[in-house]
Amino acid sequence: MSENAMDLLKSEAKNLNFYYGEYQALKNINLTVAEKRITALIGPSGCGKSTFLRCFNRMHDLYPGNRYDGQITLYPDDVNILNPKIDPIEVRMRIGMVFQKPNPFPKTIYENVAYGLRVRGISNRRKLDEKVEKALCGAALWNEVKDRLNSLAFNLSGGQQQRLCIARALATDPEMMLFDEPTSALDPIATASIEELIAQLKEQVTILIVTHNMQQAARVSDYTAFMHMGEVVEFADTNTIFTNPSQKRTEDYITGRYG
Amino acid sequence: MPGMSVEVMRGLIARRKRWDIIFSIIGLFAMLGGVVTLVALIAAMAIDGLPRISWDFFTSFPSRHAAKAGILSAWVGTTLVMMVTVLSAVPLGVAAGVYLEEYATKNWMTDLIEINVTNLAGVPSIVYGLLALGLFVYQLDLGQSILAAGLTLAILILPVVIVATREAIRSIPGTIREGAFALGATKWQTVSQHVLPYSTAGILTGVIIGLSRAIGETAPLITIGALTYIAFLPDTPFKGEFPYVSFDWLTSAFTVMPIQMFNWVSRPQEEFHYNAAAAGLVLIVMTLIMNALAIYIRYHFRKRIKW
Repeated sequence: MSENAMDLLKSEAKNLNFYYGEYQALKNINLTVAEKRITALIGPSGCGKSTFLRCFNRMHDLYPGNRYDGQITLYPDDVNILNPKIDPIEVRMRIGMVFQKPNPFPKTIYENVAYGLRVRGISNRRKLDEKVEKALCGAALWNEVKDRLNSLAFNLSGGQQQRLCIARALATDPEMMLFDEPTSALDPIATASIEELIAQLKEQVTILIVTHNMQQAARVSDYTAFMHMGEVVEFADTNTIFTNPSQKRTEDYITGRYG
Repeated sequence: MPGMSVEVMRGLIARRKRWDIIFSIIGLFAMLGGVVTLVALIAAMAIDGLPRISWDFFTSFPSRHAAKAGILSAWVGTTLVMMVTVLSAVPLGVAAGVYLEEYATKNWMTDLIEINVTNLAGVPSIVYGLLALGLFVYQLDLGQSILAAGLTLAILILPVVIVATREAIRSIPGTIREGAFALGATKWQTVSQHVLPYSTAGILTGVIIGLSRAIGETAPLITIGALTYIAFLPDTPFKGEFPYVSFDWLTSAFTVMPIQMFNWVSRPQEEFHYNAAAAGLVLIVMTLIMNALAIYIRYHFRKRIKW
């Protein structure tokens, strides 16, 4: 479904190792992320897919004892975002993230979406209004909440909360968005709407998504990486991974023999 | 089929259930013992004190004549001392709690500090009084003033405020914090815009619990030299002419409610004991109001927050 040759590169992990203290969680990972495409990371629990994802916005910097080795390059400016000289805040301002469990702030719907903008120093009300509306439209939530922007985010359903979190990340126009199992806490109907949304979002943003739902990877992604025990076992376009994997371990996982 | 007949089983269940009844009776008496004693104490105080409570009781200075004596200087003193306590304990305690929880790296030093802070909450208050006498009254030369008293009670409740702050902060899920960081917030933005607002209820509850302990403290204030007989009010903080505010009241001598009570109780005349009971009632009501406030605040803030 995707022509590799035509895709531009947005990001690239090169010889990436990651350690939680002494424990090596990621082993020599090489992977490319194509611009305005969806790249999925699949694999059994504990394979390191979330750990890998969280390298992209330097989330591991929040906790002591974590160490990166190798690089993740972000294009077009060819900067290694793991370079200790690069402030993780700069990386997080360029790369947004949506978490496993919806985590809206205990604030109003409006303030949730506006938060990233406020962090960036935007306080002009008209500008905020405009960006909040755009982000909520982008997250397919505007019609449901436009009459109650000032009600608390907790009053929304789980699926709506997750779309709010997507809108929150979207509001600041990130170059890339990370999704960490964004539907694992949601029911099937909410899951379907989030999947549909993610599929639409690739028009405007590069997406890297972790999922342990293989059907989800098959449905939404253009590229898929199968990870196992901290390594990328196989990485190819999604079609190849699911119909004609070259590695035995990939095939075993996809056909449900383990994981 | 089970290995015993249904009759045997029923007998067994009945015997075992007897302990349910026995314990519920023991528990009931234990509970009554505590509650009845408390109610009796308050009732006895109310019977003695209620007739003395009137407008004049609040607006009169203590006097040699029991019937004319009031608690004006005591409740004003208590209020002013509490104000100093809140204004110094809250910023210090909250900042220390935030630092320990959000900024300090976790190592044996912070563990040691944590253990010490928790233990400080259990140190007898007279010890704080001695510390304050040496530090505030003599070393810093604050004298036997409202300022010295407020600071003394502030260090007394500081551990409570720090522990409450840390617990309130710890109850915020890590995903909320990560959500803020993921949007590019700095540590200070995360703390000031998320961590602190979401833990306000817990912090305020801790502050009020600390205050209701401080409001009844007598020993440390006697140690630093609170007077037992005060027939004047401190200088007013607000003035009619420029610069409108004055801090002279901070250096004023003072007394507080429990000391006034102690003073009256130690008099031989029966009438003064009624005054003490009345002052005790007022003090209890003050504490109850503070606790009610704590409950309301907790309810009000928790309504907005569901993790």
